[in-house]
Amino acid sequence: MTQPNAFSQQPDAEGRFGQFGGRYVAETLMPNILALEEAYEHYKNDPDFIAEFDEFSRDFVGRPSPLYFAERLTEEFGGAKIWFKRDELNHTGAHKINNCLGQVLLAKRMGKTRIIAETGAGQHGVATATVAARFGLPCEVFMGATDVKRQKPNVFRMNLLGAKIHAVTSGRGTLKDAMNEALRDWVTYPDETFYVIGTVAGPHPYPAMVRDFQSVIGREAREQMLERIGRLPDAAVACIGGGSNAMGLFHPFLEDEGVRLIGVEAAGKGLDTPDHAASLNGGRPGILHGNKTYLLQDEDGQITEGHSISAGLDYPGIGPEHAFLHDVGRAEYRSATDAEALEMFQLCSQKEGIIPALEPAHALARVRDLAKELGKDGVILMNMCGRGDKDVFSVAEALGVEL
Amino acid sequence: MTRLAPTFAALKSDNRAGFVAYVMAGDPDADTTLKMMQGLADKGADVLELGVPFTDPMADGPTIQRAAIRALESGMTLKGVLALVKRFRETHKDTPVVLMGYANPFFAYGFEKFASDAAAAGADGVICVDIPPEEDTEFRSALDANGLSFVRLAAPTTDDKRLPQVVAHTSGFVYYVSTTGVTGAGSGATGDIEAAVARVRAASGLPVAVGFGVKTPERAQEIGKVADTVVVGSAIVEELATKGVDQALHLAGTLADAAHSAR
Repeated sequence: MTQPNAFSQQPDAEGRFGQFGGRYVAETLMPNILALEEAYEHYKNDPDFIAEFDEFSRDFVGRPSPLYFAERLTEEFGGAKIWFKRDELNHTGAHKINNCLGQVLLAKRMGKTRIIAETGAGQHGVATATVAARFGLPCEVFMGATDVKRQKPNVFRMNLLGAKIHAVTSGRGTLKDAMNEALRDWVTYPDETFYVIGTVAGPHPYPAMVRDFQSVIGREAREQMLERIGRLPDAAVACIGGGSNAMGLFHPFLEDEGVRLIGVEAAGKGLDTPDHAASLNGGRPGILHGNKTYLLQDEDGQITEGHSISAGLDYPGIGPEHAFLHDVGRAEYRSATDAEALEMFQLCSQKEGIIPALEPAHALARVRDLAKELGKDGVILMNMCGRGDKDVFSVAEALGVEL
Repeated sequence: MTRLAPTFAALKSDNRAGFVAYVMAGDPDADTTLKMMQGLADKGADVLELGVPFTDPMADGPTIQRAAIRALESGMTLKGVLALVKRFRETHKDTPVVLMGYANPFFAYGFEKFASDAAAAGADGVICVDIPPEEDTEFRSALDANGLSFVRLAAPTTDDKRLPQVVAHTSGFVYYVSTTGVTGAGSGATGDIEAAVARVRAASGLPVAVGFGVKTPERAQEIGKVADTVVVGSAIVEELATKGVDQALHLAGTLADAAHSAR
């Protein structure tokens, strides 16, 4: 029997996880943020809302996702048993849709008539466009111009789903710039717009709300582990950009003190170079996009651009709850380079017949070390948060293969 | 006591609308900004708003975004902004200077140290776009302790229930954002603005400045009829970027005259 501990009782009424989080937004948005908080607090306990979320999770998303024993990788790494939570099998190919479903159902109940979203790799944009299409709401997606170029298939998917794409050219045209532009749009049309943020960042209540919608991952996995092997894993591992799949996996395990929680950031070309996206391992606390958290920034507090081969991880911040779990030591945060992710992308494809997205390929690199560290009696649970179809072009390019 | 209170008291006793001019520090370099600040004060700006450049200006339109990029490329830092204020004070003792920016550069500098250095440099107040009342305790106490005004933004979405909280710890003046949108986008309907100004003035007991989207002398005059002060930013920044210092100051002069003669 587990006891609730301080780790799982966050955030406080002001949206703070320790010193992190909060609501750092322009006054124009503040009333919107407060209305959203009120609506979410109400509906998250509303049986009809929960029933609708569960129904669409099952019939539209395809949940529960399977728990899978990665036998050949276990053999390959020669240590702990490796289990994948197969969230890449969700409709649209990643964990992102869990959160989009929750937020769009909330938007509908709040009477909002227009959905906007930011996207990096395009997975969140596709998932938002998908759910918006299903519920008949017009959807506009802000995507950095650089990402539009490197994620063409997802741009086409969003168009097919009826979404309008805004290619954002400000800054370096990546995820953080897309988020700035989405915030500018929200400031301009605050009454009718629901902003579906794609990760556990942004102003309160987003970090807690997105985590709650994503926690279905960890709840299912925890139950499935007990059912399949009669015990909890020694470690739960997930990759981290903003950190939504990791937070969704970690949260239901926060009170299980025997379960190590390990987040893997994108080390890009290496933590000793400027080209990485590891906010916790290479940044420091600051304020951006509505919350206080670890950020990549220079001495003057100017935000620096993250780099990763994976467009889903190159965000210069991280969800405030991860910042909190890092500082209090409940979770460990490691990193993996572009090269390691590429290696794991191929290895996982060849050994398991699963082409992982580049994001979870980062997590797999640290699963390899951990498998040895824990030895044959150990059990590792990794969230396979997305599939790699979207990445085949950029991986081919990185490997020097012409398609 | 900052330079803001006597400035607004004088405007009130003359029954004149004031004119607040915005310029981005370091756009395109520090010396040009100093020339702009001096020129704006000489052309009749009652208050200067000095932009602190930030990489991610979430509430700004393309004009101010580009100005921030130019400023950062020229090497402008928050320390450099304070040095500019100090240089401005060598020639202009009385024109209030309000720094306008985003939370992270202030936070990175350290709220306490920033407030004390800003006061020493001769700044009078600070506008911080993304520190709402809910998050302002530390920043506000630092500014208070150093005698700086914390100028708050109120928006069309700020309802009567929320307004008292927004203006509670404001001093100097209240900046009313005339429309939902980013800087430079376009201002709201004059009738709505008049009603909002009255509401904000009643709740705060302070002068109300109206900005966002004021671009022409005609519009400045209309706003000057209903607000205590007219704020112009993007139009001056755009003129500076495309036509240079002299033209930008000329435009500012006509805007100042329009505001001052509005009533």
